[in-house]
Amino acid sequence: MSQVLDSDSVSYSRRIMDALRLDPVMLSLLLILASFGSLVLYSASGADLDAVVRQMTRIVVAMLLLVAIANIPLRMIRKFSIWLYIAGVALLIAVMFFGEVGKGAQRWLNLGFIRFQPSEILKLAVPMVVAAYLANRVLPVGLKELLVSAVLVAIPVLLIARQPDLGTAILVGSAGFFVLFLAGVRWRVMISLGILLSLMAPLLWKFALHDYQRKRILTLLDPESDPLGSGYHIIQSKIAIGSGGVYGKGWLNGTQSQLDFIPERSTDFIFSVFGEEFGFFGSVVLLLIYLAIIFRGLYIAAHSTENFGRLLAGALSLTFFVYLFVNTGMVTGMLPVVGVPLPLISYGGTSMVTLMMGFGLIMSIRSAKRFLV
Amino acid sequence: MKRNIETDKPDYQPEFLAGRHYFVLLMMFSLLAGLVGRALYLQVVEQDFLASQGGQRQIRTIETPAYRGSILDRFGTPLAISTPVDSVWVNPSEILENLEALKQVTGKLELNYRDTVTLLKQRANREFVYLKRQLDPGFARAVASDIDGVYLQREYHRYYPAGEVVSHLVGFTDIDDQGQEGLELAYQDWLSAQPGQRRVIRNQRGEVIEELAQVAPAESGKDVYTSIDMRLQYIAYRSLARAIQYHAAKAGSAVLLDARSGEILAMVNQPSYNPNQRRSMAAGQMRNRALTDVFEPGSTIKPFTLAAALDRGHFHAGSHIDTSPGHLMVSGHPVKDVRNYGVLRLADILRKSSNVGASRIALSMDKRDLWESFRDYGFGEASGVAFPGESSGYFRHHSQWQPLDHATMGFGYGMSVSITQLARAYGVIANQGRLLGVSLLRKEEETRSTNQISRHVMKSASARQVIDMMKQVVGPKGTAQQAAVAGYQIAGKTGTAKKSIAGGYRKDDYVAVFAGIAPASNPRLVMAVMIDEPTQNGYYGGVVAAPVFREVIANALRILDIPPDDLPTLVQSREQGA
Repeated sequence: MSQVLDSDSVSYSRRIMDALRLDPVMLSLLLILASFGSLVLYSASGADLDAVVRQMTRIVVAMLLLVAIANIPLRMIRKFSIWLYIAGVALLIAVMFFGEVGKGAQRWLNLGFIRFQPSEILKLAVPMVVAAYLANRVLPVGLKELLVSAVLVAIPVLLIARQPDLGTAILVGSAGFFVLFLAGVRWRVMISLGILLSLMAPLLWKFALHDYQRKRILTLLDPESDPLGSGYHIIQSKIAIGSGGVYGKGWLNGTQSQLDFIPERSTDFIFSVFGEEFGFFGSVVLLLIYLAIIFRGLYIAAHSTENFGRLLAGALSLTFFVYLFVNTGMVTGMLPVVGVPLPLISYGGTSMVTLMMGFGLIMSIRSAKRFLV
Repeated sequence: MKRNIETDKPDYQPEFLAGRHYFVLLMMFSLLAGLVGRALYLQVVEQDFLASQGGQRQIRTIETPAYRGSILDRFGTPLAISTPVDSVWVNPSEILENLEALKQVTGKLELNYRDTVTLLKQRANREFVYLKRQLDPGFARAVASDIDGVYLQREYHRYYPAGEVVSHLVGFTDIDDQGQEGLELAYQDWLSAQPGQRRVIRNQRGEVIEELAQVAPAESGKDVYTSIDMRLQYIAYRSLARAIQYHAAKAGSAVLLDARSGEILAMVNQPSYNPNQRRSMAAGQMRNRALTDVFEPGSTIKPFTLAAALDRGHFHAGSHIDTSPGHLMVSGHPVKDVRNYGVLRLADILRKSSNVGASRIALSMDKRDLWESFRDYGFGEASGVAFPGESSGYFRHHSQWQPLDHATMGFGYGMSVSITQLARAYGVIANQGRLLGVSLLRKEEETRSTNQISRHVMKSASARQVIDMMKQVVGPKGTAQQAAVAGYQIAGKTGTAKKSIAGGYRKDDYVAVFAGIAPASNPRLVMAVMIDEPTQNGYYGGVVAAPVFREVIANALRILDIPPDDLPTLVQSREQGA
């Protein structure tokens, strides 16, 4: 990726990329984003170099996993999908009984040597299993396929939503939905599902949501109603982003974020720090980088010669978009507060690893096409 | 875009999927446009509002503490100073999460741990609770250091090093540093500090992160240099207190003036109070009686009666007055002497303190003339010190005088003065007829001689003659032998006035007064002493008040290095002592 014009070295680095079965475009974009993220994290953590080093270590580990997965042949991945899914659901059930409680939710499983959220597995396993299931079927999706897929998606989504972890449930659910959508569920089916869902909305509101979730949605509509309680996050975040202005206050100069006014400023709310310090201009640039990654994913999906890969790459790319949209929407006060990190920038290892593994899958899909040609 | 699939899957339906990709893109772009629009709204449209909201959360204008000015004696000895102290306060919700630390803190502050916890739990929803106020800063810092939820607040504690010795003059402030009494009240504007204001950025925990600007500089209060000489003030206080105790008197005051400048060198009162211990303060102790309380001056007025008559040429130093038969009837009321003194020289009227003689002199003058003279000597007018609650005394206009008043004015009944007024009037005699404004503030060297209120109200010859007569009062056959100071000529006059009550005079309650000038040949000091209701060991001014005068003046003459003007008596007394 080094911007060397020398054709020999270009071809040399391309050969390395090919040997490692990596997509240079996607990889560069990911690295740009991750380094950008480390800069923002340095500021958001209050110039805590240790935190940045820890995060960079995670990026490296995640990158190694990306490379590893990119080198697994797509056929194997496809066969492996169902087992990953079954293992994931089993672990979700295990979490229900043996999970550790943190911040009021039971999400973590401690295997002694490692502590992780099984729900993360499902972010990959659900689109994989649905894509694998639908890949051999006749498209567009028939009623039977629709029902089977819906069940495959619903089981983990409900288990995750129960923890409760609405953010992850949305991401897993949308990943599954995107596979179905790309596979071709008929419009009339989707429209009727949509109508059904909106009719059920009052019931969902009443029974499916926790008190705090309902409160978050109400808070979104009128954050000033409870400025010191549930509205605090949104108000402070909006103030930080807004006070950045067009060009921002400059790196390390965000007063709102630097002075502890923003909660979770290095994790879910890191975009407020970014918005305050880099302004509208920086925000647009950041969104463009994300957009480029998504488009690259969609491009790979579109050029995939194989149904499984095409569905999976498309669904993962669109899920990445959901990730981005839900986080920035929540931080800018457009969406209710659900715990979704800003992909590849928020501090934290779990989502970083899952995302990079997802990109590993996409690169594997890209290579699969190459081998067919 | 999906041509590959078309070839792979024969059952692919192009018209069905084609729209789908556009739909995906459309959705994505519209959502992204929503995000960008939102960012645009927040960061461009609402930017000013949100930035100011941010400012409201982090930018605070806080006070920079400033000292209240000190009150000092004429040499800079502190009489009232503000010392920094720290108060320890806690945020209950923070400290209650760390009971171990709280236990430690209460231990150091000698507070009851259980009571404190109970108190803090009651106030758990507050953010500010004092644990202990006004502690030594070093100690407070040691207590609160590095414990979350325990904080210090800088305050200033007003401390009065001289305590009760000068408390009536200095007064005191309340907890908010506002003057309540005395000079603290009179010079509040001058002394008071103007806390500065600075704009700072504070973080969520209230800690100051950055100084933005100084809105207003902190201006410490200015110091007040009083005219008091603490060396003399201590001596005066001690002498007066001892006399009050010895004679079991109710109260007393004494004022020592610099005869040339009108500065008050000492001003003491009994009973007194310690301003550092407010709990034991009672209203009666807090009056600066020397300025606020008035009494009938009695015989101490007689020198002025003589001076007024001499000024108008009615008499001369060698004139004789017949005081027989020792009493005089004025409109049916008797004016009495202790016994029949017969024919007296003017000087003897003072020495023997003859009421009949003084009355005859007063009656020989037009009452208007007498009134004018007394008014000129400063009776009935404030003494010129700006002191809260100062009294101008009671001195009626001559048109309201009855014939009896005309007579009794001559020996100091029917009017009332404060001890400071009396001292000031003696200053006229000491100053060859010039009336000075008295001052509680130190005068600079260059302005000392040019007293602004100074005016000639008595002929200097008359003043000279009266001083000479008053010397005899302190002399061997006078009423105030106890006022004599070896080596110095002292001029003075005693007074023993019955206390007036509504409609008459109380039989056994007296006010003992002595006022005097030293050295008589070249007056430098004027002092007046008043002791209210002495009940033991005598009650005459010459017995009760004169010794206080002597003790203070003797020390003052020595401390101020004033040369003796009566060396023969000094030699004499040395020989006697040897």
